[in-house]
Amino acid sequence: MGLAETYGRDRVFNTPLTEQGIVGFGIGMADMGHTAIAEVQFGDYIFPAFDQIVNEAAKYNYRSGGQFSVGRLTIRAPCQGVGHGALYHSQSVEQFFMPVPGLKVVVPRSPIQAKGLLAASIRDDNPVVFLEPKILYRSSVEEVPLDDFTLPLSKAEVVKPGSDVTVISWGAPLYSCIEALQVLSNPPASIAKHFPQGVRQANIELIDLRTILPWDRETVARSVAKTGRCVIVHEAPVTAGVGAEIAAHLQKTCFLNLEAPITRVGGWDTPFPHVGELFYKPEAIRIADALVKCLTF
Amino acid sequence: MASSNVHSMGRLPLLLFRCLRVPARSTVNWTATRTFVASSLARKDGDEPQGHLPGHPSSVFLTSLNDSFFDSVKPKTLSGNQNAKGGIPTYRLMDGVGRLLPGVTDDMVNIDQSEAVKMYRTMLLLPAIDVILYNAQRQGRISFMMTSYGEEGAVIGSAAGLDARDEVFAQYRESGVLLWRDFSLDHFMSQVFGAEDDLCGGRQMPIHFGSTQHHFHTISSPLATQIPQAAGAGYALKRTKGREGNVVICYFGEGAASEGDFHAGLNLASTTKSPVIFFVRNNGYAISTPAAEQFRGDGIASRGPGYGMLTIRVDGNDALAVRSAVQAAKSKALSEQRPVLIEAMTYRVGHHSTSDDSSAYRSKQAVESWKQMDNPLHRMRNFLTDRGWWSDQLEEEAKVQHRKIVIEAMGRAEKKKRPQLSSLFEGTYRGELPANLKEQRAELAELLEKYGSLPGWSKELAKHANAGKDMEQYREKQQA
Repeated sequence: MGLAETYGRDRVFNTPLTEQGIVGFGIGMADMGHTAIAEVQFGDYIFPAFDQIVNEAAKYNYRSGGQFSVGRLTIRAPCQGVGHGALYHSQSVEQFFMPVPGLKVVVPRSPIQAKGLLAASIRDDNPVVFLEPKILYRSSVEEVPLDDFTLPLSKAEVVKPGSDVTVISWGAPLYSCIEALQVLSNPPASIAKHFPQGVRQANIELIDLRTILPWDRETVARSVAKTGRCVIVHEAPVTAGVGAEIAAHLQKTCFLNLEAPITRVGGWDTPFPHVGELFYKPEAIRIADALVKCLTF
Repeated sequence: MASSNVHSMGRLPLLLFRCLRVPARSTVNWTATRTFVASSLARKDGDEPQGHLPGHPSSVFLTSLNDSFFDSVKPKTLSGNQNAKGGIPTYRLMDGVGRLLPGVTDDMVNIDQSEAVKMYRTMLLLPAIDVILYNAQRQGRISFMMTSYGEEGAVIGSAAGLDARDEVFAQYRESGVLLWRDFSLDHFMSQVFGAEDDLCGGRQMPIHFGSTQHHFHTISSPLATQIPQAAGAGYALKRTKGREGNVVICYFGEGAASEGDFHAGLNLASTTKSPVIFFVRNNGYAISTPAAEQFRGDGIASRGPGYGMLTIRVDGNDALAVRSAVQAAKSKALSEQRPVLIEAMTYRVGHHSTSDDSSAYRSKQAVESWKQMDNPLHRMRNFLTDRGWWSDQLEEEAKVQHRKIVIEAMGRAEKKKRPQLSSLFEGTYRGELPANLKEQRAELAELLEKYGSLPGWSKELAKHANAGKDMEQYREKQQA
């Protein structure tokens, strides 16, 4: 809002409705050394640009021997569920970009994180897909410094330290994780019987992954080596989601420390439905249930 | 952590639906529009002031249903031309044997001896490279090759119409542009052989050239992806101080023009008013698919006006016509700040690539007749000879010289080492290598330590600079 008026129509402008064109155009600008910040209206509509992102932007530097690069390109797209967005206004798309060498993928969780990580993404020397949880656009409020600042990419953040189990998530589901922690320690009377006294005092470490690619394997592995247990939460379908990559790495690096199977809580392996979103997304209760199973294994 | 109310988040109103993409101006008063249409129908066709249809306010109204259907748009230059029944005309200066057409003057061609001779020499260099590298591929000395046979005029003619600092986005059959810009044969061969000094690091298949110094953006295999990129580069160019006199030229074949990126790129260049020349080589085939199965419209040129784009069809085997069309296109692109589409009509004389035998889908006789009937090299040669700028002796000398320098450059490249093995990991990202890549590099180092003596492995390792020894440091680092 107001950027075009402030900076001019030649810097902030509409494009025709073509995602492959928008990203291709941004690549061309970045290739000429200009900073290009492209927007795809919803993550769900980033797929027409998949070829430009995967085959072109991500490989531009490598294939040219470093002669040409599109590191000045950042692609922003709203993502994740919003309550009633159904199949094409709800998707989490980070897992499609995770296996693409040359790309960086970032998901912030709050206004401060969004500003700091976006500024870092724009200045990073590599093309970045920056996915913004749209349910937080208006609901998440905090004091954000007006001054220039950045937050580091490829660094996870330990949001809450703990010693009994590691919970890893990113974007909006982090709030469901916090809610799950509250349910676990103080369950409503009607379902209290499912939460044994022993687990209610569990000291849970919550990690915001923040960068999906290249992800912070060190922080995550250090945490799981300490706690011995891990629950990974994301909105995308479980099969071949980002959680699969994290779990595979953790079983390799933390094999001797693990005291329970690594658990993944995600969307079911279906398209994102219109009605029934409560039962589709990894809500607090589902996460809390997974925590009980993990802690009592 | 944000202090938001997590309980309410799942029930936020969604205000950003896709339907809001429709521009606000389309929310017209439909009742009023219907009234207007109805009243205009009562009057004579085409007499009315323009309507209020949001997509095109200047469209006039017709009541004849049959007259309202159409499947082609004629350039205004065709009105009154009784001979022009074959659709969009083709611009040419020379006839099939290189004589200037009636009415064409030397002023219109506007070329001096040295440039014309350089054009022809460069055109001749292409088949010299093609024949040698094609055979090298057949002998297994390189993995892949694509020739430029038949398109020498289109490629060199277009290159000659540009400034050396105009930005080039190519498909893959335009290496002539680099040769015109004096790209060294050593760099050419190093790319093809994946040698240590290849500017692209030996990472891509042969013929995927790139050179910042020559403003030639690295070629990639996915077709048409360079088209919207060229639009963005054109937009960047006009916003770059000191580059206002330059344009982007974007090459592609008529097959690539069927990709969605063609539509995206042309539309974007047009709406953003970017100085880009879209140069399509319509050579009749996309591998085995004839142009007749590629499109039903009047070639690619007919699409230009649909994007509001200045368009010209040119005889691609007339290098001088191509050159002058590109010069004019550049001038118009800059003075009017808009893109231009050029469709160069030519014929792919060679196979699509070394992985293709084109006799499986077209007769050798047809190819031979093209080579005889309409040969860009013969036409250019005759033009020069008629002016006393060229001779049989010069022709012979040039061919011998080309063959010599090409074979020598190939010999040098063939003896060069490949890039050192560790470079396989580098350049994936700019900046520090991510942890996973460091681990994988160490993993390969360890595997080399264990299995590097295997005949297959050691033979391959020996081809690399440092014979893979550069990997050892990473193994040690991992242990430490």
